This record gives sequence, C-alpha cells and structure tokens, in this order.
Amino acid sequence: MEAAIIIQDLYKSFGSNHVLKGFNLELKRGENLAVLGKSGSGKSVLIKCIIGLMQQDEGEINVLGQSIRSLNQDELDHLRVKIGFLFQSNALYDSMTVRENLEFPLRRHWMEISNKETGDLVMESLENVGLAHTVDLMPAELSGGMRKRIALARTLILKPQIILYDEPTTGLDPITSKEISELMNELQKKYNTSSITISHDMNCIQRTADRVILLVDGIAYADGEFDQLKASTDPVILPYFE
Amino acid sequence: MRLPPNTKKFLEEAGAIAQFTGRFFREVFRPRYEWAAFIHQCYMIGYKSLPLVGLTGFIMGLVLTMQLRPSLIDYGVESELPAMVGIAIIREIGPVITALIFAGKIGSSIGAELGSMKVTEQIDAMEVSGTNPFKYLVVTRVLASTLMLPVLVLLGDAISLYGAYLGVNIKATTSFSLYYTQVFDNLSFGDVIPAFVKSFFFGFAIGIIGCFKGFNSSKGTEGVGHSANSSVVLGSLMVFILDLIAVQVTDILGLN
Ligand SMILES: Nc1ncnc2c1ncn2[C@@H]1O[C@H](COP(=O)(O)OP(=O)(O)OP(=O)(O)O)[C@@H](O)[C@H]1O
Ligand SMILES: [Mg+2]
Repeated sequence: MEAAIIIQDLYKSFGSNHVLKGFNLELKRGENLAVLGKSGSGKSVLIKCIIGLMQQDEGEINVLGQSIRSLNQDELDHLRVKIGFLFQSNALYDSMTVRENLEFPLRRHWMEISNKETGDLVMESLENVGLAHTVDLMPAELSGGMRKRIALARTLILKPQIILYDEPTTGLDPITSKEISELMNELQKKYNTSSITISHDMNCIQRTADRVILLVDGIAYADGEFDQLKASTDPVILPYFE
Repeated sequence: MRLPPNTKKFLEEAGAIAQFTGRFFREVFRPRYEWAAFIHQCYMIGYKSLPLVGLTGFIMGLVLTMQLRPSLIDYGVESELPAMVGIAIIREIGPVITALIFAGKIGSSIGAELGSMKVTEQIDAMEVSGTNPFKYLVVTRVLASTLMLPVLVLLGDAISLYGAYLGVNIKATTSFSLYYTQVFDNLSFGDVIPAFVKSFFFGFAIGIIGCFKGFNSSKGTEGVGHSANSSVVLGSLMVFILDLIAVQVTDILGLN
C-alpha cells in the first residue's frame, strides 16, 4: 500500500530565514509519527506546507498519492477533506457557537448531507470528545482543555484519513494533556487514521507516537522509535530527552 | 536611491494596500458568492451603527443651527438659516461626520475581529475547511461597508436635518413643511449627488483599510490592538483625503 504522506527534499525560507533545508519524511498508512523540534525550528511551517497553507520553495510533498503543488484550488479542497488539521491555537471561530463551529467544515465543503445528518455528525463528534453538553456554548465560555477537545472534534468531523496535530498538548496542565493524548489514541483506533503529531511534550509523544523524527536545523536529523532515540548518545539528540 | 526608513515603510505600506485592493477587485466578481455572509455583514455593519450615527447626526444638526444663527442675524439673513444648514449638512457635515463615526466603530471592529482571527489561526482554519477566507471575510465586509455607509449617510442627513429643524424652532417658529421647502429649494442635484457618491468611496476605504490591517495583523494581542487602532487612524485620514479629492473633482466637473 502506498504511503499516506511522502516529503522529499523540502525547502522553505522566509527572506534570509532558512527554515526547512531539505527535509524528508514518509508517513505510512495507519502510522502515528511525531515530529520533535525546538520552538521556531519550523514544525508548524512543515505541516502548513503539507496542507497547502504555505507553499514550499522547493521539494515534493505527496499526500495520498497527489502532489500538493500540482493541484488547483478545487482539487486541493477535495484533498483537504481527507486531512484533519488541529491548530496550535485551536482556531475555534469566536463568533460562532460550538455547534456552528463543528458544522462549518461540513457545510463549506459542499457535503451532500441533510440537516439531520449534519446534526447527528455534530453530536457524534462531540460525544467522541465527551463534550456533548457544550453544543450551544460559545468557545469563550470553555476552558482551555475543553477548547482543545472541541477543536479535535471539529478536526475529526469529516472523518479524515490523515490528521495533523500542531502541538496538541501545549499550554495544558499535565493531567489534561494526558487526557488529550489518550483521546488521540482512542480516536486513532476508532477511525484508523494516520497522523503526524508536532510536539515538544515528551509524555505526549511517548504515549501517541509509533515513530519519532527529530527536526534540527531544517532537516530530519534522526528518525526512529521513541526508545531508540531516547537511548541515543548523540549530543544533538540527548538534550531533547533529558 | 536611498530612502529614509519612514518613507520606505510608508511606500511599502501604500503598495501593500494597493495590492490588497487589487486582490479585492479580482476576487469580487469570481464565484463562489458568499451571499449569506454578505447579508449578515450588512446587518452587522449597517444596522448596528445606526443608533450612533443617528445620535451624532441629530446633535450636529441642532448645534450647527444654533451656532449659525447669531452670524446670520448680524447679516440680517436669519431667514436663510434653513437653506444654509441644509447645504452644510447635505454636502459636508453629514457624509464626513457619518464616515468618521463609521471609521471609529466599524473600521476598528473589522480590524480587531480579523486581527484576532488571524493570530488565532481562524483564517487558516477557514481555508482548510474549503473556504476562501478573502472572499468570506474581506469581500463581504468591504462590500457591506461600501453599500451601508451611503445608506447611513442618507439616514444621518435626515435625522440631522430634523435636529436642525428643532434648532431653527428654538428662537423662532417655522412650520415643518416651510422649513423643508426652504431646505430643499436651495439644494440642487449638484449638491446631493457628489455627496452621495463620495460616501461610497468613504465606505470602501474604511472597509478595505480595516480588512487590510486585520488580515496583516502581527502575532499576539498587541498586534490585534494595533490593527484596530491603525484601522481607525488611517481610515479617518483617508476620509479627509478622499473628501479633498472629491471637492476638486466636483469643482472641475463644474458641480460646485
Ligand atoms: N508567515 C511567516 N512569515 C515569516 N516568517 C515565518 C512565518 N511563519 C513562520 N515563520 C518563521 O519560521 C520559523 C519557524 O516557525 P514555526 O512557526 O514553524 O516554528 P515552530 O517550530 O512551530 O515553533 P513553536 O514550537 O514555537 O510553534 C520561525 O523563525 C518563524 O519566525
Ligand atoms: Mg508551531
């Protein structure tokens, strides 16, 4: 079976700030990959390139057999239905209720579903994250952990094949962040998704990742299982696992 | 040629706004048309600013009349009061005051709203949800403010003229119909049309500047505050600059 995502020789700069300098990655179907890197190392830039929010300068990004750069807007929108993106800052729409937030992707992607089905999907996603009772609240009325769950529910509502998590546990207390990690695992099993998790939360990575890639100086510096990297004596890798 | 840093920044900003405006005209005619969002914005932008526009218009009309009266008495032309006030309100005070209020209320709220959507990645989230955020957020807001400001100006003018009517009546009694006959007999199309036309431009400028500032907001809450603030400052300034251009144009066209 083909891989879910293949990235070859990815380059991305902002002016003289060279962020990605020949990054490579392969995500197999059903795999959970974690990308670990310092703040500002370009982790968010990497996954924004994958979903086409940023354009790479050079290199090839292939998602579910399609090269991102060669797609027109319609094709890109179609592909995006199959990719879920959990934003670092949740990106819940402040002006909309939780229900409207969850309905947004369904309605905007021209899904051919009835209002009843939309309602059912909203409730199903909310139940998945254990927050069915918040359906008529505004995002501002929720706690940080709840907002993250709602964002997760919105990401999953289209039943994506691939999920990109941008620091799913940053800014949460250890207990909540453990809950979110467990939720990620649960949903991964339930829907059999492949995922890339960007993080510097070691506990989260250890819980969720099958494999870890270390992003250092714009390249995939190391690639292996969590325990393998943890046992490494390489002075570049060591500080991440202390 | 080396430019001083401030000049360079100014030119860069002007260029960026011009580009943003160009993008607006490219996207506005292309489908998918966001009708629902547009109607919603018209409601938010138009209806919500009506009380403020009405109140300020009313006060301006009243105050202007009361302040003009003594001078007119000095010249012995007190009977011309309605005509003078009418001209002042319709041609200048109405459009400009309304536009400034509009810049303060709507320009800043657009700047702050889009700014916070930008820094919390809501704009990116829309894009990955099959929505063109420029169309959904910018085009709808700019169109709504372009169309709503002239409507607000008309309503503001009417309320302002009513305020002026009360002002006229404080020291003398004029019937309502006589007052309105005096006002409108002195107004020609050359007074009304340019004032109406320029308010479209005011609305457009305020909308596009608010959206530009919000869309290009820098990270953090500070960036959002700055977007809101500079939307108002630049928006108000543009109102005066456009007003200056409008008076030149009407002059050349012989409408003054
Ligand atoms: N839109 C942009 N314009 C210019 N520079 C950018 C832009 N987005 C990111 N950068 C730069 O790219 C670099 C990597 O940013 P990125 O957001 O990917 O970091 P990150 O690894 O996700 O860090 P964090 O863990 O803090 O989220 C930073 O130096 C940042 O300044
Ligand atoms: Mg990041």
